[in-house]
Amino acid sequence: MHTASINSVEEGREVVFHVRSVSKSYQTGDVLIMALRSVELDLNAGEFVVFLGPSGSGKSTLLNILGGLDSPTSGDVRFRDHWLSEADDAGLTRFRREHVGFVFQFYNLIPSLTALENVALVTEIAENPMDPQEALRRVGLTERQNHFPSQLSGGEQQRVAIARAIAKNPDILLCDEPTGALDFPTAKLVLDVLARINEELHTLVAVITHNTAIGAMADRVIRLRSGEIVEVTRNARKARPEELVW
Amino acid sequence: MRGRRDRRNLCGEFMTTLYRKLLRELVHMRGQATAIALVIACGVASFVAMRSMYRSLLRSQAEYYTQYRFADVFCELKRAPNGAADRVREIAGVAQVEPRVVMDVTMDVPGLKEPAVGRLISIAPKQTRGLNTLFLRRGRYVLPESDNEVIASEAFAKANQLEPGSQIHAVINGRWQKLTIVGIALSPEYIYEIRGGSSVFPDNKRFGVLWMSADALESALNMKGAFNSIVVSLQPHTNEADVIAQMDRILDRYGSLGAYGRSDQISHRFISDEIAQNRISATVIPAIFLVVAALLVHLSFSRLVDMQRSEIAVIKAFGYSNWQVGIHYVQFSLLVAAAGYILGCAVGFYFGIRLASLYAEFYRFPILIYRPELRTFLWAGLITAVTAVAGAAVAVRRAVSLPPAEAMRPEAPAQFRSRIVDRLNVKWISPALRMMLRNLERRPWRALASAFAICCSIMMVVVEFGMLDSLDRVMELQFRDVQREDITVTLNEAHSAQARFDLAHLTGVIRSEPFRAVPVRLRYQHRWRKTTLLGLERDSELRLIVDQNGNRIPIPPNGILISSTLANLLHVAPGQRLSVELLEGRRTVHELLLTGTVDDVLGTSAYMNLYALNRLMEEDHSVSGALLQVDPDKEKKLYLQLKRLPAVAAVSVKNAVVTSFKETIDRSMNLSIGTLMVFAIVIAMGMIYNGARIALSERARELATLRVLGFSRHEITFILLGEQALITLAALPFGFVAGYALCAVLAARLQTELFRMPLVVRPASYAWAFLIVLFAAVASGILVSRRIARLDMVSVLKARE
Repeated sequence: MHTASINSVEEGREVVFHVRSVSKSYQTGDVLIMALRSVELDLNAGEFVVFLGPSGSGKSTLLNILGGLDSPTSGDVRFRDHWLSEADDAGLTRFRREHVGFVFQFYNLIPSLTALENVALVTEIAENPMDPQEALRRVGLTERQNHFPSQLSGGEQQRVAIARAIAKNPDILLCDEPTGALDFPTAKLVLDVLARINEELHTLVAVITHNTAIGAMADRVIRLRSGEIVEVTRNARKARPEELVW
Repeated sequence: MRGRRDRRNLCGEFMTTLYRKLLRELVHMRGQATAIALVIACGVASFVAMRSMYRSLLRSQAEYYTQYRFADVFCELKRAPNGAADRVREIAGVAQVEPRVVMDVTMDVPGLKEPAVGRLISIAPKQTRGLNTLFLRRGRYVLPESDNEVIASEAFAKANQLEPGSQIHAVINGRWQKLTIVGIALSPEYIYEIRGGSSVFPDNKRFGVLWMSADALESALNMKGAFNSIVVSLQPHTNEADVIAQMDRILDRYGSLGAYGRSDQISHRFISDEIAQNRISATVIPAIFLVVAALLVHLSFSRLVDMQRSEIAVIKAFGYSNWQVGIHYVQFSLLVAAAGYILGCAVGFYFGIRLASLYAEFYRFPILIYRPELRTFLWAGLITAVTAVAGAAVAVRRAVSLPPAEAMRPEAPAQFRSRIVDRLNVKWISPALRMMLRNLERRPWRALASAFAICCSIMMVVVEFGMLDSLDRVMELQFRDVQREDITVTLNEAHSAQARFDLAHLTGVIRSEPFRAVPVRLRYQHRWRKTTLLGLERDSELRLIVDQNGNRIPIPPNGILISSTLANLLHVAPGQRLSVELLEGRRTVHELLLTGTVDDVLGTSAYMNLYALNRLMEEDHSVSGALLQVDPDKEKKLYLQLKRLPAVAAVSVKNAVVTSFKETIDRSMNLSIGTLMVFAIVIAMGMIYNGARIALSERARELATLRVLGFSRHEITFILLGEQALITLAALPFGFVAGYALCAVLAARLQTELFRMPLVVRPASYAWAFLIVLFAAVASGILVSRRIARLDMVSVLKARE
């Protein structure tokens, strides 16, 4: 098993996430499920990381803990000077509000708001947001800004979701199976947007997926199985999304 | 079809799997189910309580009247020989005639500082089968030979803590006499025990009926062989008006004030009005609840069916028929309704008893036994079942009409289109507010249903408090603007001007204004009405005649002023002449010019100049009594003097009347205000809580997303509850208007000859309504926000919908 910290400091990039001996267990009925077992991990500013693993590998649990949606059972998680493992609900909410952008498999747009308004919803509560129209421009949806989610295709909805996530100028963009519900060409379009955000805004992007092909466009690929990190690989060259095939 | 083997004996034979599903879901939906059950319970409770109260009152009244032979026709007169009664007896259709002596006297009651008014009524020597028979509660009947024994009315005895054996003093025919109470009784004639005239509110402390042996009373009043009051019962199918007309012909020459039937008998009139009102409220209030309950059932079940689309599909795919699925959901609704029904029956039964004891205090029935009828409960059950089925019907129809294949697919995403919110094109509307507005817009019927329920809740409170405001206004108008005296002294007959100086020189009297009161019959064309014509001095300061706005109307030197209610009844307008038949003295008839109408609130009256009235009566400055303004420090001494003055028939102390009235109102209103507040809160809470729960269930995913995006718990609570708050705010003005409108309807309905309700709703009443709805909203919000705290962000995001 590789120790992730070995790869942590490189090219003078700042380590923003420190994950130390993080375990997470759930009690479901009479069964105790170990979702994460003593995970050690550092994530750098501006990195593009892909977490790969089958379902039940613990990748979603890890992403939820990184995003402040869940707390570890034991171990420490630190984002810069935020001790997430010790934060209460209000503290985690503040962390999400200030630093994290989320993209979900099923987009989770607010059906009663237009594309632009879905973005504006977030910029209103952010400290240093970009203009909502600018965010939509970055995902190529300027023309569709006044449409409601039910009037948009899946790919368009996901791009709105990305615009919504980046509009607050987050430090981290966490994407849970962002292409899981999309067909191949649309998925590539969405991945392209993610890659550009990473390049242009230097946002740390973490994508979890079970689609191994997506690993090729990452700086680092982290494989999980049964709640443990089993392999960390560094890509010498990041592939362009249009080069991906699956 | 289900095999027998599937049935388990866990909870009996019919505990099929579907039943278990039903029960578990019921447990899961317990919050909403409770809200629905409570609203139904309120409807059933109000129906059971009021309906059975109405039936009980109606039956008690009828039974009481029959058993105790309540008379049909009544007549008061000056003095007639007993022979006149024999002539009345000969009128066709008359069954029984009872001449008697009735006299109001001043009394000194132990423990009461003000003088009281006693109405002495003669009764036959032994308890014969006479009319208006007494129901002896305690003690014994008066002995025929005794000259100081009386039976006291129960209300009066209770108010003054008098028992058989207690003694009171009265001035009878100028003599200070000691009376011993030997019995406490009830009479069908005084179920509602008031003096009549302008005093329409019971003051049981200062007015009581005393029955005395006929021999004793006749001698005390020098009425041997004569009578001044006569009561008559009629044979079935007799025309009452004919008998009245014939009685008037016989008795007119004896100073008759005119015979009248039960409908003008004051106690009967009040009771009947009250019973009629009970019937209206027994219909309206439960109806409001059951409509709201049906709406709640509809909203909750529509959501339930939406959520169970796939379950329904699976059940149907297994081969259950539409009928079975439909019955399943209807049973669900019926089960919730049944819980509400049982609770409602129990609460209704309890409130029925409370109401009965309240009425027993107000109205003296010997046998007001609260006997709820089985059919009331059956009706309530039927109505509840109809409500539950009607509420669930639409949702159930949707559930069964879905083809299984379609039902397996998740429901299509919510469609939104730019509509009103966007046409407004207001930039400052925040996305959160837009979400709320669009959600409301998307389901306008649901929003309307919620708003309707809240509207009802507000309306109830506004009406309840508005009625109190109106009563306050009545008090203000009558006892502040109109009656400015402290004490009204009525003499037992008209006295010369000397009496006026005697009254003015009693201890503590600051100002004294004489008045002359003459019973009259006012006639315009074929219409006529009896009333009291009050003669006042031109510059009277203690009795002001004011219009609606409180402006003083001067008393004309010659013409007459009458209540506008009276003018309407007679179809006469100012400027016209009406005929005034004096029912006292020489009983002359005069044509007088109606110079104006008075917007008074209590009773009906006619006013004219004191000296002009004296001229009509062909008397020299006679007075019937005086209005007194009194030095409060000396009032005790004054009361002592008044209690013993032989010429005084009645003393009315304004403050005592006001206090007694307020006490009565407080006693009867406390229960109804308390109840209606609970009702209003249950309706508002039921609707707001259910609305929020449904919204939470529909939009859990949306709200969880917002939490993930960094919205705090308070912010998403605000977004969820904001919708309910918007509905509530939107409903407020409508509720206020509906409340005001209902007040107006009630005020119009309550316009009687005895009592007029001015339409007044003070800002405080609206504020109360607002506060109660606010309370309901906040309480619902707190209940729902506990659920929001439990929202599972992670799992909600994983699921597709």
